[in-house]
Amino acid sequence: MNWDLIFTQMFSQAFGVNAMVYALAAIGLNIHFGYTGLLNFGQVGFMAAGAYGVAMTVFWLNWNFWLGIGIGVIFCVVLALILGVPTLRLRADYLGITTIAASESIRLFVRWRGNRERTGAAEGINDFADSFFALNVFDKPGNESYQFLFFEYRANDLWVMLVGWIVVAFCVLINWQLIRSPWGRVLKAIREDEDAARSLGKNAYSYKLQALVLGGVIGGFGGMLQVISKQSVQPDTFNPVITFLIWTIVIIGGVGKVWSPVVGSIIYWGLISLMITFMRELIGTGAGPNLDRFLNLSILNVDQLRFVIFGGALMLLMWFRPQGIFGSREEMALDDR
Amino acid sequence: MTDDKRAPILGATAGGGGAGAAVQENIHNPVEGVFDTVEAVPGSKKPDTILTAQNVTRRFGGLKAVDVETLHVQRGAITALIGPNGAGKTTFFNLLTGFDNPDEGHVELNGVSIDGVASHKLAAKGMVRTFQLTKALSRLTVLDNMKLGAKNQPGENFLKALVSSMWTDREAEVDAQARELLARFNMTHMADEFAGTLSGGQRKLVEMARSLMTDPEVVMLDEPMAGVNPALTQSLLGHVKQLRAEGRTVIFVEHDMDMVREISDWVVVMAEGEIIAEGTPDAISANQAVVDAYLGSHHDSELDFGEDS
Ligand SMILES: Nc1ncnc2c1ncn2[C@@H]1O[C@H](COP(=O)(O)OP(=O)(O)OP(=O)(O)O)[C@@H](O)[C@H]1O
Ligand SMILES: [Mg+2]
Repeated sequence: MNWDLIFTQMFSQAFGVNAMVYALAAIGLNIHFGYTGLLNFGQVGFMAAGAYGVAMTVFWLNWNFWLGIGIGVIFCVVLALILGVPTLRLRADYLGITTIAASESIRLFVRWRGNRERTGAAEGINDFADSFFALNVFDKPGNESYQFLFFEYRANDLWVMLVGWIVVAFCVLINWQLIRSPWGRVLKAIREDEDAARSLGKNAYSYKLQALVLGGVIGGFGGMLQVISKQSVQPDTFNPVITFLIWTIVIIGGVGKVWSPVVGSIIYWGLISLMITFMRELIGTGAGPNLDRFLNLSILNVDQLRFVIFGGALMLLMWFRPQGIFGSREEMALDDR
Repeated sequence: MTDDKRAPILGATAGGGGAGAAVQENIHNPVEGVFDTVEAVPGSKKPDTILTAQNVTRRFGGLKAVDVETLHVQRGAITALIGPNGAGKTTFFNLLTGFDNPDEGHVELNGVSIDGVASHKLAAKGMVRTFQLTKALSRLTVLDNMKLGAKNQPGENFLKALVSSMWTDREAEVDAQARELLARFNMTHMADEFAGTLSGGQRKLVEMARSLMTDPEVVMLDEPMAGVNPALTQSLLGHVKQLRAEGRTVIFVEHDMDMVREISDWVVVMAEGEIIAEGTPDAISANQAVVDAYLGSHHDSELDFGEDS
């Protein structure tokens, strides 16, 4: 068993692109649900809006990539308004239903063949982020890869990581500042009781809309980062399962805490990687029991098993620590009263 | 702010430091005698009206929950709104405070129409309410519950919230004001607890104290004393009288006639959506129509309008 491989893989996944992308999406969802009480079951829709905003700007409009970042943000704002304006005056569940539907509609719309020149349809869009990698400070001739602690990174990956974690840190900072401000206090009050907030002069509708936009834009940054890192955007990567992974991450970290989305994402991706490399090693090297024989497991289908194990682990977490890592059980218990 | 008869919420108010039972007896009543000349009939004019409702109706399907022809509320007085369960008191409150819209009718505050004004805008106009089912913000601390009520906090604006220096000064003022009000309601020891950990009566206190953070001109309390123990009730009554002493107008819903007699200057009686009587507490207690309205739907209740109860 190659423990070296298992742990380097784990650490590089825990702090890799996926962890950053999902941390951003989860920060957004945490603003929606954790602080404002908005049920958003379509966070992946905001990721898609951001991602396609950048890619379509370059591919379809032939405009500057950096302008595309702005367009991506605008897409997210518009999506939030479309979702929020009609539903946020109604009960919380209406937003939930609408977000699920909208995120699927976006995926189906961009993969529709009629949109080939605009969105690249099912094939998606490739190589639109050259401007981003042109600024790569690590990309020096003769220096294609870097040794960093025990990991080896390609220059482009390192560049994505640097920019990505700076964006994550920036979003955490904004999140932290807003939540400690009186603005954040109003959000939490609306989460607890909208009518009470209104009776004290707070325009609950406007605040909910602001929170939806903010969390959506941060989720959009996640989507942008994901597709920029791969230089490729594909409609089917934005499927509804992604939203539920984001929820999982928020729940692992603890709902309504500043650090929970980031730590939740690191833990999630670290564990997922740990499990897969471990199981592959177990089967591949024949070090463990012959799983192929009695579980029908092989190196080909072992990938699925990790989600089963992860689901089980999540159930245990809910059993023993329902408030997540950072949440407070005392605070959570107040819900029931 | 517009009304200079009102004392500031903090500072020079007599007895503001804590309303013990002994202090309450001395709380000044600025509207003493004002109602002597007011006719005790539904819709009667008051010497100085702050709130007026005209032909306000609200139907739920076939049921006419509220059908108020005319109501004038005297400025600076404590007006009690009584009536049997289902009389429409809460619905009427909702209509007055923008939490529900009347099918027809007009409401004026300080002579200005507030028809169709959104509920959150009324706080800025000086009107605040509490709820029959207390709305404590469970996962906010008691202190944060209080601070939420503050007006003119620039930090509640998204962009200004990002720059601490734009709101920390105001926040310090708000903090001091919140702590002083908590002290007045004897809740200082609970300031840092989550409001969700409070007892029902304590929640009533916090909700009332919180509403005062908006520095209201009109305070509307929906059953503030329900479920509160007798000792706490006494202190709540003291707080309500204190509001009047500060020049605020109080309208409150209450079922306990003893309580009503003790603090209200004027009583309005609702039954089946309509105002069936108005008058001083003593006159109302002696009013046969009122007794009938109550007993009509309260055969088994212990309501007693006599003084010997
Ligand atoms: N949202 C609603 N939908 C349908 N009917 C309603 C609604 N709200 C109130 N009602 C009805 O309107 C009538 C008046 O109710 P309301 O709550 O105003 O009474 P109340 O005087 O406050 O009674 P209580 O003393 O029990 O609090 C009741 O018959 C009630 O069933
Ligand atoms: Mg009621």
